[in-house]
Amino acid sequence: MIRLIPRTQPSKAMIFLSPLLALTLTVVTAFFIFTFILTDIEISRVFYALFVEPLIDTYYISELLVKAVPLIMIALGLSIGFRAGVWNIGAEGQYVIGGITGGAVALFFYDVEGFWLLPLMSLAAILGGMFYASIAAFLRIKYQVNEILVTLMLTYVAVLFLSAMLQGPMRDPSGFNFPESRLFHDSALLPIIWQGTRVNLGLVFAIIFSFVTWFGIKKHISGMQIKITGSAPRAAKFAGFDDKKTIWFSLLISGGIAGLAGLFEAAGPIGQLNPGLPQFYGFTAIIVAFLARLHPIAIIFSALLIALTYIGGENAQIYFNLPSSITNVFQGMLLFYFLACDILIQYKIVFIKAIRQKL
Amino acid sequence: MNEGLIIAIIIGISVASVPLIFAAIGELVVERSGVLNLGVEGMMIVGALAGFIVEFHTGNSFLAVLAAMLAGMAIAFTFAFLTQILLTNHVATGLALTLFGLGIAAFAGRTYTEVRIELIPATHIPLLSDLPIFGPILFSYNPLVYIAFFMVFLVWWFLFRTKQGLILRAIGDNHDAAHAIGHNVIRYRILAILFGGAMAGIGGAFLSLVQVPIWGEDMTAGRGWIALGLVVFSSWQPFKVILGALIFGGITILQLHAQGFDIRISAQYLSMLPYLTTIIVLVSLRLRDKSKTNRTMPNCLGRIFHSTS
Repeated sequence: MIRLIPRTQPSKAMIFLSPLLALTLTVVTAFFIFTFILTDIEISRVFYALFVEPLIDTYYISELLVKAVPLIMIALGLSIGFRAGVWNIGAEGQYVIGGITGGAVALFFYDVEGFWLLPLMSLAAILGGMFYASIAAFLRIKYQVNEILVTLMLTYVAVLFLSAMLQGPMRDPSGFNFPESRLFHDSALLPIIWQGTRVNLGLVFAIIFSFVTWFGIKKHISGMQIKITGSAPRAAKFAGFDDKKTIWFSLLISGGIAGLAGLFEAAGPIGQLNPGLPQFYGFTAIIVAFLARLHPIAIIFSALLIALTYIGGENAQIYFNLPSSITNVFQGMLLFYFLACDILIQYKIVFIKAIRQKL
Repeated sequence: MNEGLIIAIIIGISVASVPLIFAAIGELVVERSGVLNLGVEGMMIVGALAGFIVEFHTGNSFLAVLAAMLAGMAIAFTFAFLTQILLTNHVATGLALTLFGLGIAAFAGRTYTEVRIELIPATHIPLLSDLPIFGPILFSYNPLVYIAFFMVFLVWWFLFRTKQGLILRAIGDNHDAAHAIGHNVIRYRILAILFGGAMAGIGGAFLSLVQVPIWGEDMTAGRGWIALGLVVFSSWQPFKVILGALIFGGITILQLHAQGFDIRISAQYLSMLPYLTTIIVLVSLRLRDKSKTNRTMPNCLGRIFHSTS
């Protein structure tokens, strides 16, 4: 019989070892699953395309950075809420709405150019995302309705709304009835910072946001309040912290930044509004946040790791005609193992034989 | 509207509500035991695929449903092991379960996207099915529909009329006290989670075996999440699950018929209705019950249990 015995203090070694252990277990399990399901394809080639190629080729490395941007941004916002026990599971919806409101500005000023356009689009995207998340905040505070369900339901609504917009008011008038908007013109696109690739200014912002969040949580009193409200709600109440404020703050921040991420995607790698905007980033960012243990700087690295599963999934699709959902298999497993391995930080595994004899 | 159409709508509503009833009644037992499993969507889609594959290869619907239950239980077991033995966070683990389930189902089902199966036909009950009006409305379904409604009764009976049900509810309300008087919290919870997995699996299989004869990786379309909303709506009372599921079934059918009637609204807006209804229903529930906290909610819902002795 195996038992878990709490450690007197968290294991420092395990804090670093458990993610590596989780990663190893994921790859090993994936190997067995693929061997079982993919009887017709050579597994070693799949693994090369999934994990090796994206790391040795400049093009793929630049794509990793492109994919990491929305993941970093959304995960940062979520990490704030998760600390406070506010579960914004529908960042995907706020991301889509931000893309729509920001993109609407770009389309409205279609024939105007100016340096002010991108900031205006960004503002619209942030407000759009904030508005969308505020519905959940309002309903949670006013009617105690669970924000997990509200944000999730609103995600489905947002994706349908995008589709309605693209078939209606936002459709490219000369686009042969495809459900796509016009292409944004140059001053509505994020400047490329690595010539010859799709890496744009968004990456710089994502990294700046990480440090700002880190600083905010470390130094600022509101960071402290959020942490305590999450881990000890009653204590937070006695200390006079306002949990309503925390809910508003968490959801507005995570919604706003998710909205901005949506715009950065539309005005970055996509360059227009199209049905390809929702890419599950909002959900995947939850994994990113957890893998980083909600630490803002660690989020950059976990986002890169998760971006690897995206690129690998795309490769598997192109080379072997496998569904891109292979990405979700990896991500789900990685989170499973990560959560499981984390127990080694707080608990140690003891074989109970000896204890039982004493009793 | 003529009589035939009304009957068709009522039948449509009943059928559309069945996957939700299965998934929600399973989750209700899980939550009554104090566990929050957000992986319903993942368990449903895995059940839908398992049922479809077995039906396609064997043509045996009984085996197909059994396979769906087992598949749901198999991935529910992952959740049970992680949350109950390794004490992981319920919310995060449930999300991982949904992501993993959606991924693995799409992945494993990649070769089944182009094939069709025979749908499970409705059972004809002699005499009863031939009754005018009541025949089609009440007795024209396939067995899974009756089983769904019977499961609700069974769960009610278990929770409120058996000793084990009482213990399960006690564990959900105060796991430390239940543990102190000698009940095995972990065992009850693992069994509840497995039951939830089996029910979600059947719910998913109902979609792929009864409603549409093809397999699609997005066929659950958020029903698992709606089922989670239904459990809240039901205030953890089994029979209210039926009421909630019928409302959602009604909305789904209404939306389909509205599209047929050439109502000048984009299909997308009509498709939003089930999701918006979920939110509205959850809000209206709180409007009726003015108290600050939800009294019927299991106290230990989502809390991690670790016995020190």
